[in-house]
Amino acid sequence: MAEQELELTGWRKWLASIGDQCVFFTRFLRNIFTGGFEWSEFVRQCYEIGYRSMMLVGITSFIMGAVLILQLRPSMVQFGQEGMLPKTLAVSLIREIGPVITALICAGKIASGIGAELGSMKVTEQIDAMEVAGANPIQYLVVTRILAVTFMVPLLTIIGDVIGLIGGFLALNFTDSVSYSLYFNKVVASIDYSDFLPAFVKTIFFGFAIGFVGCYKGFNSNRGTESVGIAANSAVVTASLWVFVIDALSVQLTSILFYR
Amino acid sequence: MEEVKEQKKAASKPKSEVVISIKGLKKSFGKKHVLTDINLEVHRGENVVVLGRSGQGKSVTIQCIVGLLVPDSGSLKVFGDEVAQMNDNELKGLRMKIGFLFQSGALFDSMTVRENLEFPLTRILKLKNQHEIDERVNEVLEGVGLVDAVDKLPSDLSGGMRKRIGLARTLIIKPEIMLYDEPTTGLDPITSREISELILDMQKKYKTTSIIITHDMECARITSDRVVIMNDGKYIAEGTFGSLHKSNNEIAKEFFKDIS
Repeated sequence: MAEQELELTGWRKWLASIGDQCVFFTRFLRNIFTGGFEWSEFVRQCYEIGYRSMMLVGITSFIMGAVLILQLRPSMVQFGQEGMLPKTLAVSLIREIGPVITALICAGKIASGIGAELGSMKVTEQIDAMEVAGANPIQYLVVTRILAVTFMVPLLTIIGDVIGLIGGFLALNFTDSVSYSLYFNKVVASIDYSDFLPAFVKTIFFGFAIGFVGCYKGFNSNRGTESVGIAANSAVVTASLWVFVIDALSVQLTSILFYR
Repeated sequence: MEEVKEQKKAASKPKSEVVISIKGLKKSFGKKHVLTDINLEVHRGENVVVLGRSGQGKSVTIQCIVGLLVPDSGSLKVFGDEVAQMNDNELKGLRMKIGFLFQSGALFDSMTVRENLEFPLTRILKLKNQHEIDERVNEVLEGVGLVDAVDKLPSDLSGGMRKRIGLARTLIIKPEIMLYDEPTTGLDPITSREISELILDMQKKYKTTSIIITHDMECARITSDRVVIMNDGKYIAEGTFGSLHKSNNEIAKEFFKDIS
């Protein structure tokens, strides 16, 4: 329904916004299971969100892996621990830096893109037109996008982690001579499921938060061109904040479950 | 404000079935009372033009008719059924009979003209036979004179072409009722006239009942069987274009003052 907001201020507005997000979440959940799934739009969104973000994630992860090695190496050499560099990089990249950096890139690129796209669709009455044309906008626009982001962010993180490790390997070979097999044997030996599994699970939540925030901000933008920019901007800020909040919570949870 | 009810000269036509019946319709957004008391009956095959200043609630009325907005009170019946009491399936059934041309055309940016036109066919009418779909697409594109634009994206079309494609998309389901929201806004006088004549041609071809919201007096003159004037959330004058032209109502005079 294209209803406009009531004129609320202060904490009432904040509470109304929380309630609105709960309603939006319920509509999202209900529409996953009812009325048929929009497979073609979901696949298109996976391509748009996943494939088109791969280059950015790849370059950033490569640089991140290389920079980490270059920054860590002097300190490790000082303690005679340069042999620990592959392990240090692998653990920090896979547990923390890879997922968070990928999620922040996705928050910047995907959440803003979805916010702006849905916001402009609202402004130009395309969402209303979709409803009049017999499609359920939540099912067609929201469910497909949120699920596509939830699905693609973990995949992008895995790709980013691998490219980051390659970046680290090349950086290590600027100064030292380390064979490919030795480096990756050390990397594989240094990580176990307690490093990979919690990191992978949290990326699913990162993906969901990014998709949900982008869709909610875009879908609920006001009618006016200015609101498209506000929706995009607000989507990036809120999604980035959620990434850190989820990360903090997941670290606590992981510590309790795996490292006690 | 003095309310004027002009004698309906169009009433010389034999009365046909009432397809839209609105009684005491009210709608507010927060503290803003947009519709205060709307009363209107539209007969089958009739073209009713609604005139009124911007922000008077003309678009809100037709959005209530198609179920995009829910009125606060009053009765709004389409084909004898109360729209506000319809469930999702009944609303879908109603939308199979109603075409809505949005002010901006509301073409889906990410889809080509063909995909835009196929959208309501596959969603509302659930057509699966590609041959039948292609036939319908070609038929409406011939109707609006834009067969060559079938594979273009909306961004490649001019304002007038977008309006024509928007009109084609609404007509493709062969609706019984057409709702036009400012169909000539933002167009040059020549294109406006072409669109107005196209509306009339399409009305004759598909025998639709229409409500046309416009500020364009030339469009009103060409398309109207009956004109109603809206002010302060209610209809204050109605009659044929000619009778309102001679009316003593101050607001009607304002609208018709530049018409020779």
